[in-house]
Formats: sequence, C-alpha cells, structure tokens
Amino acid sequence: MNMIPGAAALKPADYKSSVKPVWCPGCGDHSVLLSFQRALAELALPPEQVAVISGIGCSSRIPAYTNCYGFHGVHGRSLALATGLKVARPDLTVLVASGDGDGFSIGGNHFMHACRRNIDLTYIVMDNRIYGMTKGQPSPTTEPDWETAIAPGGTGLSPFHPLVIALASGANFIARGFSGDIGGCARLIVEAVRTPGFSFVQILSPCVTFRPDQQRGWKDLVHPAIVPETDDPARAARRLMTDDGFNVGVLYRGRREPYQPSPKTNFAPSHLESEFTV
Amino acid sequence: MTDAARPGEVPAFDTIAAFFAQALAIEVEAAERYALLADQMEVHNNAEIAAIFHKMAAVEAEHHSEIARRADEARVAGAPANFRWTSPDGPEAAAFEDAHYLMTPRQALLLARFNEERAVLYFEAIAGAATDPEVAALAAEMARDERSHVMWVDQWLEEFAPDVADWDDDADPPVNSE
Amino acid sequence: MTQSSASTSLSIVLTGSGGAGVMTAGQTLLDAATSCGLYGLMTRSTGPQIRGGEAAAMIRLSPRPVQSHGDRLDILLALDFANVERFAEELPLDPASLIIADPAAGELPDFLKACGAVVGLVPMAKLAKAIPGARVSMIALGVLARLIGLPEIAVIAAVAESVGRKKPEFLAASEKAIRLGTEAAPDVALAGLALPAEPPLGRWSITGNEATGFGAMRGGVKFAAGYPITPATEILEWMASALPRCGGVLVQAEDELASINMIIGASFGGTPSLTATAGPGLSLMTEAIGLAVASEIPLVVVDVMRSGPSTGIATKSEQSDLNIAVYGLHGDAPHVVTAPLSVADCLLTAQWSVHLAESLQTPVIMLSDQSMGQARVVIDRPKEIALATERLGVEARTDGYARYAQTTSGISAMAIPGVSGGQYTADGLTHNARGTPTSQAKDHVAQLDKRQRKLDAFDFGTHWAEIDGEGELAVLTWGSSSEPVREAVAAARADGIKVRLIAIRLIAPVQPALLAAALSGVKRVLVIEQSHTGQFWRYLRAHYDLPRDVVPIHCPGPLPIRPGQVHAYIEKGAQA
Repeated sequence: MNMIPGAAALKPADYKSSVKPVWCPGCGDHSVLLSFQRALAELALPPEQVAVISGIGCSSRIPAYTNCYGFHGVHGRSLALATGLKVARPDLTVLVASGDGDGFSIGGNHFMHACRRNIDLTYIVMDNRIYGMTKGQPSPTTEPDWETAIAPGGTGLSPFHPLVIALASGANFIARGFSGDIGGCARLIVEAVRTPGFSFVQILSPCVTFRPDQQRGWKDLVHPAIVPETDDPARAARRLMTDDGFNVGVLYRGRREPYQPSPKTNFAPSHLESEFTV
Repeated sequence: MTDAARPGEVPAFDTIAAFFAQALAIEVEAAERYALLADQMEVHNNAEIAAIFHKMAAVEAEHHSEIARRADEARVAGAPANFRWTSPDGPEAAAFEDAHYLMTPRQALLLARFNEERAVLYFEAIAGAATDPEVAALAAEMARDERSHVMWVDQWLEEFAPDVADWDDDADPPVNSE
Repeated sequence: MTQSSASTSLSIVLTGSGGAGVMTAGQTLLDAATSCGLYGLMTRSTGPQIRGGEAAAMIRLSPRPVQSHGDRLDILLALDFANVERFAEELPLDPASLIIADPAAGELPDFLKACGAVVGLVPMAKLAKAIPGARVSMIALGVLARLIGLPEIAVIAAVAESVGRKKPEFLAASEKAIRLGTEAAPDVALAGLALPAEPPLGRWSITGNEATGFGAMRGGVKFAAGYPITPATEILEWMASALPRCGGVLVQAEDELASINMIIGASFGGTPSLTATAGPGLSLMTEAIGLAVASEIPLVVVDVMRSGPSTGIATKSEQSDLNIAVYGLHGDAPHVVTAPLSVADCLLTAQWSVHLAESLQTPVIMLSDQSMGQARVVIDRPKEIALATERLGVEARTDGYARYAQTTSGISAMAIPGVSGGQYTADGLTHNARGTPTSQAKDHVAQLDKRQRKLDAFDFGTHWAEIDGEGELAVLTWGSSSEPVREAVAAARADGIKVRLIAIRLIAPVQPALLAAALSGVKRVLVIEQSHTGQFWRYLRAHYDLPRDVVPIHCPGPLPIRPGQVHAYIEKGAQA
C-alpha cells in the first residue's frame, strides 16, 4: 500500500490478511469483516496507519484477519489498551472490536469510562447475545428467558441497553447496524471513524451455532430508524430508552470535543533539574 | 462513479462506461464472495462444498473476463468500479448468513441459483427502465447471460438427490477453542 | 519403552472432521466397554473451529482403572485425513500399531506412513451410504468392536442408550451399520482385553470437572459464583443445576473480579462458597484472594490450569500456575494450595479443600488442570469420606467480641451476621483483635503471626500426600503428572527397581517434617512436573530439605507426560 499520489486506490481486498477466519460458516462476523474492509477502503486509510484492538471471544479474532496492525489482548480490556495506544499515537486510526460478553460484561466498566473520556476511537461490538467461544452462556444482552446450562430456565435478568449506557456515559456517536447489511455497516463504520470522539457502533451479528433463531429472526426485525439522527442528548435518551433493539442507522451524533491529552512543551528532562537545585 | 442504489430503486446509467463499470463490479464481488465461502468450507473440512464454491468463483471470474472483453470492444474504460453498495448488498453476491458448515451440494447450488436469479431480475429491471437504448440492450444481454447461468446451475442440481431431513445432524456438540 | 502397559490396556484414537461425530462415537465406545466390565479414560483434542473441525477422541481401556494415557497407540481409526496432522504429536504410533483408514479418504499423510504401522483399509463411507440413515461413525464403531473384542450387542446397546432416546428412527440404521462394521473389520491379530465374567458393580463415569463440583458439594458448598472460561466452565455449568437441587445457588458473574468478591460476600454471610476459573481468571482474582486472607474468610478457588502464559492454549493442559497460586498475592499472605492427583481425586481434593477453607477460615486455591478437568474416567465408586467440617462460630453474646482474638491454634471464632453480639466489620486493612484498623506494629505482627500460626499448627493429616513404596530412589510429583508417574513406578517395580513414590496433594503450606519423614532413607529424588521453568522443583528447593541428588524433570504442555518417559528416567536414576 503506497502513498504515491495517483497510485491505485486501496480496495477492500487490500485490508484482508491471508489468514482464513475460523468463524463458523453462517456467522455474522464474516460480514462484519467485509464491512471493515469496505469502510477502510472508503476512508482510504493505509493499512499500516490503522490499528485494530480486540479482547477475547469469537468477534475478537478479527484483528488477525485484517492487514492492519492488531492486538488481540486479554478479555474485556480492549478499550483500555486502545486508549493507551491512541493517547500515545494520536496519528493512528484506532478501531476497537469486541463482542457483547467481552465488551459489556467484563468490559463493562471500561466501556463506561471510554465513553466518558471521549477519545477519538471507534468501538464496534458484534452483538450476538451469547458467549459463543465458551459454548453458550448468557451475556448481558441475552433475553431473560434464554435457556443455557449455566442458567437453567434463563437468567431472569433484564438485558442491558448498551446504547443508553453509551449515551449516558458521554459517547459522541452512537449507531446500530445489522451484519447482514454489509454496505450499511460499512457506511456506519465510515461515519463513526469520521466523527471525532468516541464512536460506538453496535452490530447485531447472529451466532449460527448457538442462536440460529437470530439468523432467521433478525433479518426481518431490523428496520431503519424511524426518526433521523439527533444531536440532542435528551431526545436521544428518550428514543434509545424506547428503542426496540432493532433500529439501525446513526442514532446519535453529538458535538463533544474529543479528549486528546498532549504535551505542552518538549524539553529534555535536564530542564527539570532546577526544581531540585538548592 | 454512479451513486449506489437505494432499496427497491433501479439504478440509472448515463453512459455505457458507467454501466460496464457496474457490471464488472458485480462479477468481481460475486467471485470474491464465493472464494471467501470456499475458504470457510475448507477451514470447516467440507471439501465437497468448497469445490462447488471455488467453481462458482471461477464462473464469475470468467463472466468478468467476458464482460471486460465486450467493454473493450465497445471501447469503454473497463476498470471495475469500487461500488459502495449501501443497502441491500450487491445483486449477485452470496450472503454469508446462508452458509452452514454441513450444507449440502444441493443447498450450495440453490444458493448460487438464487444469486444468479437475482442478477437476472436486476439487469432486466435496468433494461426496462433505461432511457438510453444502448444501455437497455447491454442490460438485456447481461440478463440473458445470467439466465443461462441459472439454467446451468439447474442442470448441475439434477446430479443431486433431495437432501435428507437430518442433513445438519452433527452428533458432536460444539467445542471451545479458547 | 515399557511393553507391560500394552498388555493390560488398549489405546484407541478415533479421528474425523466436519461433523463426523467422532467424539460421540468415542464416548459410545467407552460406554460399551464399560458395560462389559472394563474401565477406561477418554480425552479429546480438537481444531480451533467451534463445529465441523477436525477432532480426535482418545480412549484407553483396561480391566483395571486407568486415569492417564499410556505410551503407545494400539489403534488409530481415521474416518478422514482432514487436518489430521494437527494431532500428529499426540499419536504415538509404532510398527505394532494398527491404522484403520477409508480408501476414499485418499493417501495416508506422510507422518502416518512414516510410523510403520499396519494399515487396514475399510470403505466405511461407502458402507454407511448403503444403509439409509446410517452414520459412518457407526460403521467405525462396529469395526473397533470386532478389533478389540467387544460384543456387538454391547455397542448396539450403548448407542441405544445414548442416542436411541432422542432419535429412535436412527437406532435401526445404527444397528445395521454396527453389524456391517464388525463384518468389515480387517482380520488382524490384536492382543485384546480380557473381559471380566461379571461387570463390577457400582462404578462411576465422571469427568474431573464434575468430580470437582460434586466434591465441593460433599464438602458443604452452597454458593458458587463464576465467569465462563475454558477449561473450567463445565464446573460452573454442572453446579448451576446441581446446587439448586441441594439447597444452593450459583450466580454467573460479570467477570472474575465479581466472582471472587461475590463468594467472599457469601462466605462472610456464613455460606461455604466456591468459584472456578483458569489461569487468566486467577490472575484477576489475586487482589480479592488477599482480602480473604487478611479478613480470614473461608473460600475455595478452583484453578483448572491450562497452557500459559497469558491467553496461552486454552484447550491444553500444563502445571504452570503453581507460582501464582503460592506467590501471587501481594504482601505476606499465607494461604492454602491443594492439587488433586487424578481425575477421581478431584472429588476428594475438592471436598478436602472446602474442609480446610472452613476449618482454617482462609482461601484455598485448588490447582486442577485441563487434562483432568475435561477427561472422563470410569472408576470404582469413590469411598465416601467423612470430614467433620466445621467453621468455628459464636453463639449470641453480650460481652465484647473480638473476631480476630489470639488463640493457640490461631483460629478465632467467626460470627455470622444474625448472631446477636457478634457484630464486627471485616477488613482488608491491617487490624487488631477486634477488627479495628490499625497501623501499630504490634497489631500488624500479632495478626501476621496469627494467620501463619493457623496454618503451622494445623494437622493436615494423611491427605497431604500419597506415599508408597520403599527405596533409595524416590519420585516426587504433583497434580496430573501423578498418574503417568504411578504407572511408570509400577512398571519399574515390576522390573525389580525399588522406588518410592511421593505425590503431593498439599502444595501450601509446606510440610517439612512430613516430607523429611517421607524422604528418610532416600538418596536420590526425581522431581517430575509439566512446567517449562520447573516451578514445583524450585518451590521444593526453596522450602524443603532435599537429598543432595535431585534430578529435575520438567517440560511444558501441551503434550501429556507419558509413563514410558518417566520409566526411562527411573531406570537411569536407579543406576549408581
């Protein structure tokens, strides 16, 4: 991938590595990977300028399938890792990939604080309402009556509203997509990256192995948001609280300034000696 | 670069060049998608279906070459467009969600047939709505090409008996890998 | 390599991919063999795919209980060769082995050709196609039944038991397929296993993870909290339905930090509690485990060790969490670390761990591992061991209560919320006898002494280790290494070598007097473990007096230690 003016534009295929994904055939994440590729091509970002940070889970496998720099970190801490990277290297485009378990359960605390910090990151959570990699436990977005071995009869717990939490915590861009609409998700990712500050995109991505019901059902349930996006947090809060979970599109685009701490000066450390000198 | 189509909308093409660019993009996307599906099947040890998808990818690539030839004859700049499809997805690209690691040859071919059929309808719609007679003629020709693909897949389908009821029966439970 | 194990056990591996049903077939084979009176062990290896990947079911059968794999494979039955190279390192084939393959699968991969095994071709796929509704794995079962001398009827009954209930229409086809398989089996002379006249009664089929959960409940656990992590999740899933049936509750927590803190809370309330995790989860829990040490809260943390460091190989075993279990808490925070010696021993060790936690009012980290946790064994019904487990408590009182009062034993009575007059605030802050935070040196030292004394003064009894045999040569080991070592020791003794075996179940606190007694007369010690840096060996060196001649033998996962390897070391060790 070269920076020579007039050279061939980057294509989606340029963002894919040679590693063949191990996701089950039928998994929504295959489509999300393609959305990533298309979005990056549309943004014309050289792959070496992009970092994809992930945690642990099926969705978190994605960095190795791209041709960008990647970090497959520990469970639930991708946002923290990405924050450190972006603060130290603001020149990079940092994408963070996670699942509903990694991102909203063990990663829940970091999620709130990343939204609050509003660093220029794009956070994409592939939500399949299940822990796929560990063979089917409920996640924070699983329905209360979904039967699993670890929660017979269902958890009985109301699922999270991740979009509401994002808004309440200060995220500057909130969107939802459905993996089956590759172009649509690509468009959302492009918007998310272009919007400064913390951009959160929840992509409903069916799990063919543990939730085949989603594949059949979600395609029919998703629909474009009835009302256009808003920049008014109060209006967005009302909408998101009454959201049916299947509105797709950009739902909120705020105007918060992104947080990017930067040094004031760049003296050599010896400059500080005067503080100690008697 | 022509704007991408909105759902239900039939795209219009001002020039033959734009139409060819679109047609090429469709074939490229279709071929890439089949290749990715073939990879998935290989990783999941379904060699029979991987072979079918590899064949479909080759067929799309061949069609791409054929269109490029025609574009050249019509002296049109033939580089495939990077079409930014919004919604829905391209008319000939197989949907990932329709795959299954145990899918049968019949299912794989029905998937291919469905995509070819979609392409037929797509080009017929363009032909019907085109104001430029040359574009209409080209679109009609593309539709006929895709129709012949449908028939070719139908022939291939005849080689396979109907699927058994328990085609997706795997005695082993899912395993964890991490 | 010793041949003695080959005559008393048969090792079989079934491989296949893409939904061939290899693991279910392996389980069925084990069930059939069990019904004929044999004992056995089954483990599994898979590729990274969640479904449809290449899979290997590894089975060992014997007239006596076996809990680890042997040195060599008697039979490899490959339904296909897709990605079978992945398992190459786990398939110890030699010229005396038999490979059953399907000619339709194509040429044998090089590594299979190279081992020199006898190859028998059976067109299993074709045979299965001839019977509508039959699976290839059923043909394979028939072939194996004939080869190893299991009656057809036993295999058919095993299939009926496992699958017949869900799919009765499948049964008739399966029966036909199994019979066809037995007819198609190649005529190869294999040393079969002698089947007992009567199957022994009252045996169990259980996995290490199930045994852990069950043992904990026998120990009195009534509350568990946990977070899914390979290879410990099955403990949580088993307890999720077992606990409510026995008056208990399990909560799936949002992460490991929540899990450990939840069980601290439940235990503070008086309920014996447990969590289960693996290395990465244990790392997260260390802060709160320290809290439990400081505030003297009983609890059990099961770590089903996997190959590390960091995310490592989640599906493979290793014994490399000893260091973090013993040393992973900040400050001076003595606590208890136990480790089961086999799949079956997970039951006793879990029960004992709960007993120790409750008695000593301290966290117990139980180091299980993937090779035991996810293995299934057929064993004699374990003896029910009565451990009089009691948490020293208080009755309602009116005089001042000092939760952390100094006692000879170091164990002070723990009031449970609800007991009038027993109110106290538990704290991780350094505290005095009443539990009030303090920065006074005398209080800090007094409480450190108390918590150390608790462990020093306790009589851990005979469970601390399994010791047998006499000799100037000893083998010291722990955890899942114990079974292959046990087998090697038996073989060495059969060759006339005198060797003492010491398998340690209580890793911490150290027992210098007991080990000194166990090593009396021993001049040379082999220390065997599955760790790259020799964690167990270094731990022993740091805390115990060992004979001058110590031979550390350690290698990391993911491959299991084999009895033959150990036997060779013992032979060498027995020489002057």
